[in-house]
Amino acid sequence: MDQNGADSLANLPAPFQRWFAEKGWRPRAHQMELLRRAEAGESTLLIAPTGAGKTLAGFLPALTDLTRRGKPKPGTGFRGVHTLYVSPLKALAVDIERNLMKPVAEMGLPLTIENRTGDTPASKRQRQKLNPPDILLTTPEQVALLLANKESERFFKDLRYIVLDELHSLVTSKRGHMLSLGLARLRRLAPKLQTIGLSATVAEPMDLQKWLVEQKEGETRHSGLVTVEGGAKPDISILKTEERIPWAGHSAKYAIPDVYDLLKDHRTTLLFVNTRSQAEMLFQELWTINDDNLPIALHHGSLDVSQRRKVEAAMAENRLRAVVATSTLDLGIDWGDVDLVVHVGAPKGASRLAQRIGRANHRMDEPSKAVLVPANRFEVMECQAALDANYIGAQDTPPVGAGALDVLAQHVLGMACAEPFDMLELYDEVVSASPYADLSWETFERIVDFVATGGYALRAYERYARIRKTKEGRWRVSNPQVAQQYRLNLGTIVESPMLNLRMVKRGEKGRVGRGGATLGKVEEYFLEQLSPGDTFAFAGKVLRFEGISENEALVSQGFSLDPKIPAYAGGKFPLSTYLADQVRSMLADPERWHRLPDQVRDWLALQKDKSMLPKRDELLIETFPRGNRAYLVAYPFEGRLAHQTLGMLLTRRLERFGAKPLGFVATDYSLGIWGLEDLGLMISNGRLSLAELFDEDMLGDDLEAWLAESFLLKRTFRNCAVIAGLIERRHPGKEKTGRQVTVSADLIYDVLRSHEPDHILLQATRQDAATGLLDISRLGDMLRRIKGHITHRALDHISPLAVPVMLEIGRESVPGEAHDAVLAEAADDLIAEAMG
Amino acid sequence: MSRLALARAAAMTSVPVSAETTVNGVAAVCDPLGGLYLPESGMLVVSDLHLEKGAAFARRGMMLPPYDTLATLTVLSAVITRYAPKIVVSLGDNFHDRIGSREMPEEFRTLLANMARGREWVWINGNHDPDGIFDLPGTSADEMHYGGLVFRHEPQPGPQRGEVAGHLHPAATVRRRDKAVRRPCFATDGARLLMPAFGLMSGGLDLRHKAMHGLFDRAALIAHLMGKDRIYSVRFGNLTG
Repeated sequence: MDQNGADSLANLPAPFQRWFAEKGWRPRAHQMELLRRAEAGESTLLIAPTGAGKTLAGFLPALTDLTRRGKPKPGTGFRGVHTLYVSPLKALAVDIERNLMKPVAEMGLPLTIENRTGDTPASKRQRQKLNPPDILLTTPEQVALLLANKESERFFKDLRYIVLDELHSLVTSKRGHMLSLGLARLRRLAPKLQTIGLSATVAEPMDLQKWLVEQKEGETRHSGLVTVEGGAKPDISILKTEERIPWAGHSAKYAIPDVYDLLKDHRTTLLFVNTRSQAEMLFQELWTINDDNLPIALHHGSLDVSQRRKVEAAMAENRLRAVVATSTLDLGIDWGDVDLVVHVGAPKGASRLAQRIGRANHRMDEPSKAVLVPANRFEVMECQAALDANYIGAQDTPPVGAGALDVLAQHVLGMACAEPFDMLELYDEVVSASPYADLSWETFERIVDFVATGGYALRAYERYARIRKTKEGRWRVSNPQVAQQYRLNLGTIVESPMLNLRMVKRGEKGRVGRGGATLGKVEEYFLEQLSPGDTFAFAGKVLRFEGISENEALVSQGFSLDPKIPAYAGGKFPLSTYLADQVRSMLADPERWHRLPDQVRDWLALQKDKSMLPKRDELLIETFPRGNRAYLVAYPFEGRLAHQTLGMLLTRRLERFGAKPLGFVATDYSLGIWGLEDLGLMISNGRLSLAELFDEDMLGDDLEAWLAESFLLKRTFRNCAVIAGLIERRHPGKEKTGRQVTVSADLIYDVLRSHEPDHILLQATRQDAATGLLDISRLGDMLRRIKGHITHRALDHISPLAVPVMLEIGRESVPGEAHDAVLAEAADDLIAEAMG
Repeated sequence: MSRLALARAAAMTSVPVSAETTVNGVAAVCDPLGGLYLPESGMLVVSDLHLEKGAAFARRGMMLPPYDTLATLTVLSAVITRYAPKIVVSLGDNFHDRIGSREMPEEFRTLLANMARGREWVWINGNHDPDGIFDLPGTSADEMHYGGLVFRHEPQPGPQRGEVAGHLHPAATVRRRDKAVRRPCFATDGARLLMPAFGLMSGGLDLRHKAMHGLFDRAALIAHLMGKDRIYSVRFGNLTG
């Protein structure tokens, strides 16, 4: 792979040649290829697996250019920043500084490197504005902040390169949308700017290639592409076990002894799970049988930062034998000598699996070793599908998606803070960013109107406008406080309200003492569901909830062996469309069953015997009685979010058709609905038409009606409102004590929805919901796919395939629409009491 | 927006499902629209209207929807139509900020004037609007004593027999089978009563919050929660929070 490396080594400046020679190294082919293209003026996307020397490749063009330029002569005046490096993680920017400084110092290169994150002291940030380093390592938020500054033009005028790390993970989020808009502005400030994107393997490289360059209407423009083929094939297997694999659930408790044996056989193991609650539980179960006292640690995003740093340090020094972790460890930080990755629960996506396995070792020529531990029988099929996919290199990373409107609103205000803007010029700039290429002028106008006065049909706030048109027709901020507000509100990550957990001692008569250590943060909505005395697992401990005081939740040591586990909706990735399709086709094709364990094969054979197995594009609906209720189970395999939405809509429709539904439960694979009327009979005698029930028109009025009440949509609205600057971001630790004087986003939503349902922010909310928590777009695709392919089986008994979802009933509560029924029952107590 | 919908439908429903209670021996009706009616004196009490809240925020750069005043007045109008009271008492924080009553658009003034026609109207001053009202019908006062009750914005510390107050925006939570429902409520132990916030863009504070400590005899405290179309009465001991 180094054939042309030798030739082109001669093209490198002398310090590089010497350094490579001293080390006995050669630049890799893709590093030189990227350099060649950069020098030819091309923006480029580099796709390479972990350990391929991506970072050096990304920086080589900047380093060589700066070396040729040499140190500026004293008195040459202000020079702007030469290269920006942007990463999604603060830690990564700090990591890179350390890794880059070493070779730069060894080569004695004439250049300066600094990082700038939210943690950088104000004095240093101020100094950086006056005297920028040549290479600035930073985050998307800091780029936006710098661009919204009056000095941005001067600061960025000499910018040559922007290196975008972990681009695959950035582009699919609102942070990516924000950065794409920033990039559009940077291109205007520094027309010679070239982009270098660094990415893991993705499904659609072209999306990223477009993202990297300026878009023009009627043309398709994209960057160049350099791909490094994956090194050694990973060695992945599904856990072999003598134990019985459960029908349902996510705990994988059956496999704990087998997993423990694996830990004993390896140097360092990373155990990945999908949710924080699974992490807590796995950690507890492992320690219960940890007779050898192996150093096993826990790492997830809700733990206190100091605790996380401790685990990370211990990991880097190879002092741990195992770490149980959630997605906080997904991105490319070095984690010492990991020789095994165990994935407990199904990986939910093939690309996600590949990236997590990449953690196992950073030397690309050795195979990584991974073991998948399915938690139930459907997950066995899912793991098998993901495993097959990993071998054939299939990718199912999510699409880039259309640019979010709330992010655009934030950006427009930022641009007004930088300098008064001309609307037409700014529009041209915005649509040059690929996520916003299809943005209409009309929508853009409405966003500018929203930024100015809220964009309401009732034009009540003209005199309070945040941005105003000057005589020259340019928009500028009305007063300096607006810029101040913008800076406080900047960013696209809106955390759900969290409360600190503080450990207290329980004293006499249940009195609670004051002030112990903080353990981390838990979502407020979870705590709201607890009563004092309830127990839950957190930070590897069982805690007893004592109550809420000011902005903290007080907890004490709990002694329950069966804690209630923190719910964590954020961590529940839905099954990817690709894997869902693979599982469906595996189900339909007994030829592919030979790789499944006997128990799973028997289960499927039994299903074929008792009911049927649906074809790949067929939707199987089973109905059967059980107890005094009638059940309907559908198998769409579209992930739990889409199934939840489907469940909400179907129960509404069934209600209307007189089927008296009582409730439903959704898993990643199927949906179970139960009711009082015999659904099977209603379908057989034609009183209920399945084609009608599953018609796409449910996405019309039924959806609208449900959305009006849906707390999921309210949560989505809250995020949009914060990002768009309608309501202020909560700053942790700065909340007012005692009575909150903040406004409730729910109430704003209610008022807005009843008075101006077409408001631009409600449109933004619906657009988000379509792909986010409600997954409406995927539901729509499914309804189109199954049209004319619905098969009904009226059964006398529950079918084998239906067992998993039936077991979830009662375990998974239907997410809470606020029912007055709950109030009525509570009030009945009072009545009963009154009646004596 | 169930209260606004309820107000719009109020014209058609004849009997609201309200809750009857007594405060210091005075009979009172808690209405699901958020008002307290005292039949003996023909008095309607509302609290914490927070009119012009959207505009107050807009003045500080947060462009909240400008529809809150109209929505709140629509509900107020419905509850006034329902009881045709002789006196209306608004218990303070009538406007969200000091200049709200001065800056309020003409159309809303007209609405209020129509509601006040033919009856007495008392505006109790609150902490958000201590300067009183500007160019609106009715009289301003810091507090009012009437028929064995005292009406003021902020509850005084300790037990206060016969006090009807607002300010704290009481709300309560009940939980059944893993589902929690939280609603604004009237809170009374028979000695004093705290009013829910009437303003449609005003939030609530849980009855278990520290700020509520010492105000009630908890053994006798009942929360009258505002459901979709009726009041649900729940004993304090049966609430969660």
